Amino acid sequence: MRTAFIKQLVEEAAINEKIFLIVGDLGYSVVEQFADRYPARFLNAGIAEQNMIGVAAGLAQEGYNVYVYSIGNFPTLRCMEQIRYDVAYHNLNVKIVSVGAGYAYASLGASHHATEDLGMMRTIPNMVVCSPGDPVEARAVTKISTFYAGPMYLRLGKAGEAVVHTDSLSDLHIGDIVPVVQKANASRAILASGSILDYAVKHERENTTDIYSIPFVKPLNREILCKIANTYKEITVLEEHQRSCGVGAAVIEQFSDLYEEGKISLFPKVHRIAINDRFSDVAGTQFYLREYNGLVL
Amino acid sequence: MSKESIELAKKIRKTSVEMVYKAHASHIGGALSMADILAVLYSDVLNQKPEKPDWGKRDRCLLSKGHACVSFYAVLAHKGYYSVEALDTYAQNGSAFLCHTTHHVPGIEISAGSLGHGLPIACGIALGAKIKGEEFKTYVILGDGEMDEGSNWEAFLFGAHHKLSNLCVIIDYNKIQSFGNTNDVLCLEPLERKMKNFNWNVVSVDGHDHDALRQAFEAFNCENEKPTVIIAHTIKGKGVSFMENSLAWHYKSPDEEQYKQAIKEIVG
Repeated sequence: MRTAFIKQLVEEAAINEKIFLIVGDLGYSVVEQFADRYPARFLNAGIAEQNMIGVAAGLAQEGYNVYVYSIGNFPTLRCMEQIRYDVAYHNLNVKIVSVGAGYAYASLGASHHATEDLGMMRTIPNMVVCSPGDPVEARAVTKISTFYAGPMYLRLGKAGEAVVHTDSLSDLHIGDIVPVVQKANASRAILASGSILDYAVKHERENTTDIYSIPFVKPLNREILCKIANTYKEITVLEEHQRSCGVGAAVIEQFSDLYEEGKISLFPKVHRIAINDRFSDVAGTQFYLREYNGLVL
Repeated sequence: MSKESIELAKKIRKTSVEMVYKAHASHIGGALSMADILAVLYSDVLNQKPEKPDWGKRDRCLLSKGHACVSFYAVLAHKGYYSVEALDTYAQNGSAFLCHTTHHVPGIEISAGSLGHGLPIACGIALGAKIKGEEFKTYVILGDGEMDEGSNWEAFLFGAHHKLSNLCVIIDYNKIQSFGNTNDVLCLEPLERKMKNFNWNVVSVDGHDHDALRQAFEAFNCENEKPTVIIAHTIKGKGVSFMENSLAWHYKSPDEEQYKQAIKEIVG
């Protein structure tokens, strides 16, 4: 996904001279193609994330569309207050890009597991929160981000994720929940967010289950959620994030509001598969850690 | 001595005390300590157009110690960004004049309140100006207490590394932070040497001497390589005898008698 992101950003920067990329001393073998092509709009801010976000806010005040790129918790939790106050409160054109969603940096340990970021980001006003499910979604979301002039969080996987979508998602809009697998008479739907989408598609190949991807955790398109609630008897939300404040929680919040507003007549049964309030403290691959922490269908 | 800046400093102090008195608000000590810095900046240094707060070529002036907002609101009112009467709403229900500076007020570049935010943002603005070839300068006023914040030290590294000679930091060094003397809480000394070792152009001045402040800003204008930090030695509560050098006036609001006495001392 990080390759999809940087390729799209390089393409967009050719036609949008306001795009600026800051990295937190990370991005080896990924961001060089941007740095080489647009050296005046590239900056390595060093291992100093609080300052990095402030600098991004200042550059955005001067008219740039600033992308801030680093691993997992470093451009997010480490500088959360700067994101909240400098970027979001001022409603500035800053895109926070983290790579290594969930357990992507599996054996590097808890410091590198991005498993609370969505919850923190989605509570912040003005922030659009993106969690693409495959490289196609990563490209589409990146393209959207170049036109959207406000704070946005892009939670990317790492590298080598399978391509799930067969089309380019060129008409994707902020908030969309994207149908990935549609079968006749399915009474169950899985809503997956992030690169765990591929696992859901493969796992459910033989079952009569519809699968949707949630590339935007905030906002969620409420009309699509209404349709989903009115169509399926059972809904499973699958995510690589803590159960608390995660994607499933966001979906249930919306269902609750829709139910209260009378827009859905039945409150759907929602099964959440998420991390159950724990740190992961063993080595292993991303797939192993997902299983170890119960992220299985 | 510029009569204008001296008069402006008096107006800033008087309006600040009035605001804090009427609103029963805090932080008057740190607002008074930087009144002369603001007076010199807004009388003699900044290139701005109050009638056009978003003028692209304006010098950017950021206040990082946002709790000391009353003197910043006051100087902007006296320079014509809005009326002095508008400040009557300070801290009242529904007012844009919050007890920490907010960017919704004309002339204010950034909201502040959480400490250690202003300098990194100022670095971004100065870097943006440099890349775009803009001539404007960026000024940011820091409190000495917020020098405890690690984000500032990240930014001091950044400013020097990127040779942000269009950036001027003013440290309002009144020696008293929120819960004690700076020397007792987290000692900053030797501050001048630290700043020099961070490869900044360092000017130490009496932060209440307008001529010395003007010379310091001149030194900034003459510097073409390094960012500048002006260490302004100030007195917390300056201008009101019973507020001077007192931790209590970080928090207290004057009663009627104290208010009258303060105004009397300021007006002279």
